[in-house]
Amino acid sequence: MATTYRNCPRTGLQFDTEAEKLMRWNAVVGVVFLLIGGIMALFVILTRWPSVKLLPADQFYLVLTAHGVDMLLVWIIFFEMAVLYFASSTLLRCRLATPKWAWVQFWLMIVGAVMGNYAVLSGESSVMFTSYAPMQASPFFYLGLILFAVGALIGCFVFLGTLVVAKAEKTYEGSIPLVTFGALTACIIAIFTIASGAVILIPTLLWSVGIIKEIDPLMYRVVWWGMGHSSQQINVSAHVAIWYAIAAIAFGAKPLSEKVSRFAYFLYILFLQLACAHHLLSDPGLGSEWKVLNTSYFMYFAVMASMIHGFTVPGAIEAAQRKRGYNNGLFEWLRKAPWGNPAFSGMFISLVSFGFLGGISGVVLGTEQLNMLMHNTFYVPGHFHATVVSGTTLAFMALTYFLVPVLFKRELILPKMCALQPYVFGISMGVLSLVMMGAGTLGVSRRHWDMAFSGAPFQYEWPGAAYLMMGLTGIFGVIAVVGGAMFCLLIVGSLLFGKKLDEGKVTTERTPFPPNTVAANVSSTGSAEHVAVPGTMVLAMLLLVSFVLYYFVNWKYLSEVWGLS
Amino acid sequence: MADMQNEEIPFMQRVLDNHFLLLFLGIAVPTVLYIVWGIMEIIAIPIAK
Repeated sequence: MATTYRNCPRTGLQFDTEAEKLMRWNAVVGVVFLLIGGIMALFVILTRWPSVKLLPADQFYLVLTAHGVDMLLVWIIFFEMAVLYFASSTLLRCRLATPKWAWVQFWLMIVGAVMGNYAVLSGESSVMFTSYAPMQASPFFYLGLILFAVGALIGCFVFLGTLVVAKAEKTYEGSIPLVTFGALTACIIAIFTIASGAVILIPTLLWSVGIIKEIDPLMYRVVWWGMGHSSQQINVSAHVAIWYAIAAIAFGAKPLSEKVSRFAYFLYILFLQLACAHHLLSDPGLGSEWKVLNTSYFMYFAVMASMIHGFTVPGAIEAAQRKRGYNNGLFEWLRKAPWGNPAFSGMFISLVSFGFLGGISGVVLGTEQLNMLMHNTFYVPGHFHATVVSGTTLAFMALTYFLVPVLFKRELILPKMCALQPYVFGISMGVLSLVMMGAGTLGVSRRHWDMAFSGAPFQYEWPGAAYLMMGLTGIFGVIAVVGGAMFCLLIVGSLLFGKKLDEGKVTTERTPFPPNTVAANVSSTGSAEHVAVPGTMVLAMLLLVSFVLYYFVNWKYLSEVWGLS
Repeated sequence: MADMQNEEIPFMQRVLDNHFLLLFLGIAVPTVLYIVWGIMEIIAIPIAK
């Protein structure tokens, strides 16, 4: 059957119709699991809120496991599959390689996700997302994760195959667009992630059915984190690609230096996964050389890459805005940005939250000595809610606002509520991350159901500030859940009740993207003409000063833990 | 135009345009530095008697 392409009349993008269906279904299923994970989040937050403490311990660990698996893996990887197909087939104006295998990806991931959720919700697998051996879950839990991962691996190969097809059929010249390069980075990290998962989850499955006698807990932790943490590095690469995409969509912005941005992605490919080791910094079986080289020296290359992206994305926006004439003062370009457009506001809040909250706290957690202050405390979920939720989930939400009219051909319903949603979700999630990190700094445990340790023979007197932080966690957590619910309502409502938009023509011919359209901007290569970006420099200096102050405050705090005299 | 076609592509650009080389590097580097090295450290732990 000949490949057909739909020409989007609003953006100039050309969709392989089969790829378009796959993008739509992967994104929709992702949002369904975001909804399930969000409901679980409400139960988690209402239980850890000391004055509410909604669920008993067993049910708490059940919902915490479901929340972790659905949010950190299922929602995000389904959405990433849609991003991979968009970045390859659509941006390269190319047919999708092997659409049948892409449907195998989709159904395997569905079966895996449903099986995993069944295993957790039936109460037999309350092992949390990390599922550390020797805690044992139902075999269906491990099998579900394996099937899900195999599906995702097939999706990665379909993406790589599409790059090969595009090159063979000469649908682009020179290098692939930067957004596609970001997706390639995510794909490479995903393949490492899935391979690590297979290496540890297959023997764990065999252990759960009694074929293997035991799993070494330390070995499990080392290899499992190759999957557990790297899966979040896929997100980083994907959401940075989305930042570049939205800067191009909303402003026609080009990176300040495309070479530097590509090199930053190259640093991600080499070094980003090594941050896995920061979860093992307090494990006695691993030497300091392994810990320090992986989490500090090598990881700093990846941190530098994030700082490059964090500088060039707002820099590109500033350059584009200044060319439009917004040259007054340092920040007119930012004041005059389209703050009512949820695609832009969501992306910008994601960028700031990821840099200031997620990035700085990540470097502190990755420093072996400082890690001792907050290892396995509530600080850790505080950090990754800043990276994965404020960073990735919010960037994905922002892109979805762009995709609803383009991919689903529906007008967004309730536009004022759409404009408000990124602020409700982004700001509450930012504050939530901060207060979680505050509670963790005071020593509140990462996962324990009851921070007061009621009924324990030896009581621990928490400072009042720890309870205050946990109370604020409850309040802002509930607001964040409301923000997430608003998103699900707006997107599902738009798909069901939004005004139908013109679909555009369907042809069998590929045509070049029309100039000066969203399609041409997102798929273009090359750098912006040189324009000074003083506003971005000020923001970058603010980040640097915040980082230096916070870093040294933690060293001071560490020095006070044990007196030397 | 002819000059542009004859212009040699810089080494780094050739590396970044070679997607399967990037795939190899992206898997080999963390596998060696994180997983293999980590497992070697665990194997080297003496067994308690």
